[in-house]
Amino acid sequence: MTKLIVYYAHPGHKHSHINRFMARAAEALDGITFVDLYRDYPRFDIDTDREQQRLLDHDVVLFQFPLFWYSTPSIVKEWQDLVLEHGFAYGSDGDRLAGKRMMLAVTAAGPEEAYSAGGYQHYSLRDFLRPLEQTARLCSMRFAAPYVLYSSLKAPSTGDVEPHVDGYRRLLEAIRDDRYDWDEADRRETVDLASLPIREAD
Amino acid sequence: MDSFLLLAFLFLVAGVIAVPIATRLGLGSVLGYLIAGIAISPLLDLLHVDVVSIQHFAEFGVVMMLFLVGLELEPRMLWTMRNKLLGLGGLQVVVTAALVMAIAMAFGQPWSIALAIGLVFALSSTAIVLQTLSEKGLMKSDGGQSSFSVLLFQDIAVIPMLAFIPLLALPELQQLTAAAHGADDGHASLSLVDRVTGWQRALLTVGAIAFVVIVGTYLIRPIFRFIAVARLRELFTATALLLVIAIALLMVVVGLSPALGVFLAGVVLANSEYRHELESNIDPFKGLLLGVFFITVGAAIEFELLQKNLGAILGMTFGLVILKAAVLYVLSRIFGISGSDRWLFSLGLAQAGEFGFVLLTFSVANSVIPSAVAEQLMLVVTLSMLLTPALFIAYEKVIAPRFVDAQERDADDIDEQGSVIIAGHGRFGGIVNRILLSAGFKTVVLDYQSEQLDVLRAFGVKVFFGDAMRPDLLHAAGIEEAKMLVIAIDDKASATELVRYVTENYPHVYVVVRAIDRHHVYELWSAGARDIIRETFDSSLRAGRSALEALGVHPYDAERQVRGFVINDQEQMLALASSYDPDIPAHENEEYVRRTREYLGRYAEAMKGHSDAFGTRIDRGWVPPSLDDVEAEEKKDQEQP
Repeated sequence: MTKLIVYYAHPGHKHSHINRFMARAAEALDGITFVDLYRDYPRFDIDTDREQQRLLDHDVVLFQFPLFWYSTPSIVKEWQDLVLEHGFAYGSDGDRLAGKRMMLAVTAAGPEEAYSAGGYQHYSLRDFLRPLEQTARLCSMRFAAPYVLYSSLKAPSTGDVEPHVDGYRRLLEAIRDDRYDWDEADRRETVDLASLPIREAD
Repeated sequence: MDSFLLLAFLFLVAGVIAVPIATRLGLGSVLGYLIAGIAISPLLDLLHVDVVSIQHFAEFGVVMMLFLVGLELEPRMLWTMRNKLLGLGGLQVVVTAALVMAIAMAFGQPWSIALAIGLVFALSSTAIVLQTLSEKGLMKSDGGQSSFSVLLFQDIAVIPMLAFIPLLALPELQQLTAAAHGADDGHASLSLVDRVTGWQRALLTVGAIAFVVIVGTYLIRPIFRFIAVARLRELFTATALLLVIAIALLMVVVGLSPALGVFLAGVVLANSEYRHELESNIDPFKGLLLGVFFITVGAAIEFELLQKNLGAILGMTFGLVILKAAVLYVLSRIFGISGSDRWLFSLGLAQAGEFGFVLLTFSVANSVIPSAVAEQLMLVVTLSMLLTPALFIAYEKVIAPRFVDAQERDADDIDEQGSVIIAGHGRFGGIVNRILLSAGFKTVVLDYQSEQLDVLRAFGVKVFFGDAMRPDLLHAAGIEEAKMLVIAIDDKASATELVRYVTENYPHVYVVVRAIDRHHVYELWSAGARDIIRETFDSSLRAGRSALEALGVHPYDAERQVRGFVINDQEQMLALASSYDPDIPAHENEEYVRRTREYLGRYAEAMKGHSDAFGTRIDRGWVPPSLDDVEAEEKKDQEQP
């Protein structure tokens, strides 16, 4: 068993087409910890001690959020600023997170082609997520390829919501049950529904 | 006097013993009363008690019940129900009456008797069904609502039936009854309408209904306001009773159904701020009278007659129940009532009802049905009513469980909004109410300051007059189904008492309570409240923050400072609340005194700037690494390959 914590962040929760269903699926799973950051801290008053303890209690930290301005919703940044403290997460004697993994589950409104050198977003999605990747590295954590859904605004009309939510559920179960192939994932930029490196249960 | 006391004693003992047993066995209170009646009927016989006249008196319980039903029904709701009321209710009465009539004629009854029997059997028991539905919490379901529509239509239909039945009179019976005891339908002595012509009668009817509507709309409020000033609870009860009795009397005088009249008055008053107050005052009377009514139904069963014609009467009873259920089932298909609701509707209304008794006695008195036939029909009505709780149990235990899966839906983020009761609508409760309303939640506001209610009503706020401290009023306001109670009353002791009562009796209700001061917080905590809001705390914090800002503290630092204060204060409050004991004066409570001192010490340190009591959490994220740290890291970095 891998101890997994999912941090979900979406300030427009009730207008969400995909993330809230993903969140609901995650919350319903046994054996993982689910945190809705905007529910726990509606006034952004993040409790550093509590959050640090949560991190210490888990092996894999997964942030689930929609891409806002090429980054996370703002509460995730506030959380980073406060929780990833010098002397705890980084610094000469800040090694409490060493060896843990960080993963992201991101939805992006633009189509996959747009996130490339020739597309209108100019950079790949993985490039936009570099700050988080480097944050993980500075904390001696291992950053895993994000689970991504492109064209997320069109997903309800193309019928992609349910498969993506279902894939998310399988992903979380696989991580929990040690069936997620992290090495295979490391060979990818991102993973999606079709390319989830999950080993079947024996 | 003695015999009255003895009778009251008998009825009460029978009810008090039988009903709890029946309820515990899951049979419902109605069956309990009926059994109680059967049990005491030999005693009543011995005492030569006139059960039928008691029953006539107790029928007033049905009238009160319809008043309460009317109170629950706003005119708007009645209007949205019109299709079901007329369509479903109308078809049920017509089709059932026609089928029963056809069967009766097939058994050789003349058409006029057959038609009267059809009308008698078309009716169901409002008293049993409504009581059972609300006891089992099924009133709001589709099946419950449809049942209610049909019952309401039937109750209204009784009025034209009473007018119509005398036209069916058989000449030979007429002579007989005239010789026996003259025309006596119980109301004749009072009725005005016997002595007036057709158009005068119509005028009287319209006038009486208009009178009820006008009194309900314009006169009741000033009267109750006048009563409210006296602040005497029993005066309210008396006025409420007076209102119901006066309207019933008026209806009898003009030859209309008292049930219809008070129902109308109830509907008119459904929008009034005195609705819950009226409800809680009338409700106990209704309950008692209905109880007596059911006991008399049980007591009036003539076992001798039953024994003699056992086969025929049982056959008629089962035949009737099956026929009625079949008609209801077909109608529910047509009207799109589905799943378990269809069965609830079909089985629930399959009995004959108390209005059947009324119509039967009326028919006999008007020489429509020979009394030998009527006595047997009475038994059929009674037995079918006795059968009803069994049908409800069959529904609950056998049918409803099968439909559970089908009705379960994926829960949405906000499930159905239960209502919120707000006790006290002053400066505090008023704001809570506005916020909840603006977010689309339903609220029921209780306040006992009549003057304030008028102002609020003028602005369209839904408020009701009454003292939230009264359990019966809380009940009328719907505390059983409520999700939350917000206590915003001024009186400290009352608020604490209310918290204690609600957390003990309705643990499912979430309580938000306003505390007046620090000690009140501790008292509320020990009474069971967990969401306690100090009334001046937040404004004090804002004042403090404003002061800091004006003193030149950066606004964000001021904000963090205040947040730190809140965290510390809450922690301290919680610790002190758990060591507080309402039975020991604070200064004699050692644990409490010790902790208070400890916290006072921390305050003092923090004030002098020697401690970071408030700062530990609030500034951590922004304290930069020291220069040594930076150097150590750079060195570490160079060592790495």
